[in-house]
Amino acid sequence: MEPSRLPAFLLGRVVKAAIVILAIVVCNFFLIHAAPGDPASIIAGQSGAADARFLAQLRAQFGLDQPLYVQLWLYLKGVLTLDLGFSHRQQMSVAALLWDRLPATLLLTGAAFVFALVIGVSMGALAARRVGTWSDSLITVLALAFYATPLFWVGLMLVLLFSVTLEWLPSFGMASVGVEMSGLAAVLDVGEHLILPGLTLGLFYVAVYARLTRATMLEVADQDFVKTARAKGVPEGRILRRHILRNALLPVITFAGIQAGQLIGGSILVETVFAWPGIGRLAFEALLARDYQVLMGVFFLTSVMVVLFNLITDLLYAIVDPRVEVSR
Amino acid sequence: MNSFWRNFARNRGAVVGLVILLLVIALAVLAPVLFPGSPWDMVAAPFAPPGEMGMLLGSDSLGRDVAAGIAHGARVSLLVGAVSTVAALAIGVTLGAVAGYLGGLADEVVMRFTEFFQTIPSFVLAILLVAIFTPTIQSIVFAIAVVSWPPVTRVVRAEFLSLRSREFVQASEVLGKSRLSIVMGDILPNALSPIVVLSSLMVATAILLESALSFLGLGDPNMMSWGFLIGSGRSVIRIAWWMSVFPGIAIFLTVLSLNLVGEGLSDALNPRLARNRGGAA
Repeated sequence: MEPSRLPAFLLGRVVKAAIVILAIVVCNFFLIHAAPGDPASIIAGQSGAADARFLAQLRAQFGLDQPLYVQLWLYLKGVLTLDLGFSHRQQMSVAALLWDRLPATLLLTGAAFVFALVIGVSMGALAARRVGTWSDSLITVLALAFYATPLFWVGLMLVLLFSVTLEWLPSFGMASVGVEMSGLAAVLDVGEHLILPGLTLGLFYVAVYARLTRATMLEVADQDFVKTARAKGVPEGRILRRHILRNALLPVITFAGIQAGQLIGGSILVETVFAWPGIGRLAFEALLARDYQVLMGVFFLTSVMVVLFNLITDLLYAIVDPRVEVSR
Repeated sequence: MNSFWRNFARNRGAVVGLVILLLVIALAVLAPVLFPGSPWDMVAAPFAPPGEMGMLLGSDSLGRDVAAGIAHGARVSLLVGAVSTVAALAIGVTLGAVAGYLGGLADEVVMRFTEFFQTIPSFVLAILLVAIFTPTIQSIVFAIAVVSWPPVTRVVRAEFLSLRSREFVQASEVLGKSRLSIVMGDILPNALSPIVVLSSLMVATAILLESALSFLGLGDPNMMSWGFLIGSGRSVIRIAWWMSVFPGIAIFLTVLSLNLVGEGLSDALNPRLARNRGGAA
């Protein structure tokens, strides 16, 4: 892409992202109103937390005595100033709760994503080099198996094997309880707690990326510029790395963008299994307490994360592939 | 029909998948005969390991039979999978047909709408929907349908785009048939095979989604389900591994069989494609 067109391309994407986020906020708003019963008591929950004063406060906050469009405007204004409501259960603003839990989720999904990308692409590249051998069929079988296994069950089985039976790894939380640690020891401790949840969330995508990398590498390897490079006498390893793999990575990047929502959705299940103190665990706690303000906050934040992730992959794609379509 | 079956049977995995699927369906149908009485009833001491006290797959923390739970759970899983897929197909086919046949502005609007639903984290939306409308079998089916229609719309739209300019459709237009009868009578029957393949994969995804929802405690409280069984085994996995292992295997086998059948259907309905793929691999 010409450098001068990059800003326009980016601007288009940012506008599109903003529209998606706005639509999600509107979606949240109508969900409260579509639910049976008085919105204020729904927000307060059936948890007994709904005393009269709290209900009155909610009615005022959402302007429930005013026309629907005024209510929508009030709600939008609130969200845009990062006021996502108040969790009566946790006695904290929803925004503060989410902010507290965000780093743990970013660590988990980031680690799982990098793990899946590195292992998946390497396995796919290996399989493409040895089409028809046992390592090739292994990937097909693995992908088939992981497509059919519930994520939370994989987590539980890993706990059963590595924590209960072998006693190698911790299965609970993000750090050892009751032990004061600092510096490297603390980092290693978190790392140890990260292995099982990261593995659980990443394994499915290892299979997906491996299959995708294999397919595109086989496709690229047939193309003329690879034959040209080979005819010029470029060493085979260099052809693989510079010519084939680089081109095969593009669909993987696109696909990772498309699947970002699934990855974050999966983290809710994984965090529930491993009591990982992130957004997903927060969503589970909110579910148990029927704390809808928090749930809607989780929906909002995870959507923003997906949209941002998509922006990043779009940008990466534009940088990696100069032929990328910029008009869309 | 014969050639359909021959092409299907050429894919060994698909035949294995079909056998497993039929067994699961048989289990669901025969559940009240094999395990009479409610699966919620206490029938043994709590935490009886598999094989003891007449419990083939052990008992749970309240002395309920895990095997009975799995058999009765099969009914819920298959029912939710099938009904929510039908609902998602209804949404997806309608929108896809509108977008593909009308084109222009309608196409633009439908595709932006579809893109929106594909961007947002669908599992989080499903959780929110079930939680707000209270967990019942209806709200679960509704939530799964709402998050699983977009791929149908894409596939149907693509089929309609390519079919609407074909001669037999133009002939019907010249004959003065109404739009609805062209869509229902001429185009849709010719677009069926990708829809059939997609639906078997959708039933599989719906079963996984239902199990994830009920694992989180969002199952219908009156219905025994596989996800609920695993969820109740989660906190006691150190003393009763069988409570979470066996229901998980049930989900795995069912979803795997549906995926395999889907591949077989794809081979049988597009025999040319299957042979090409066989040649390349």
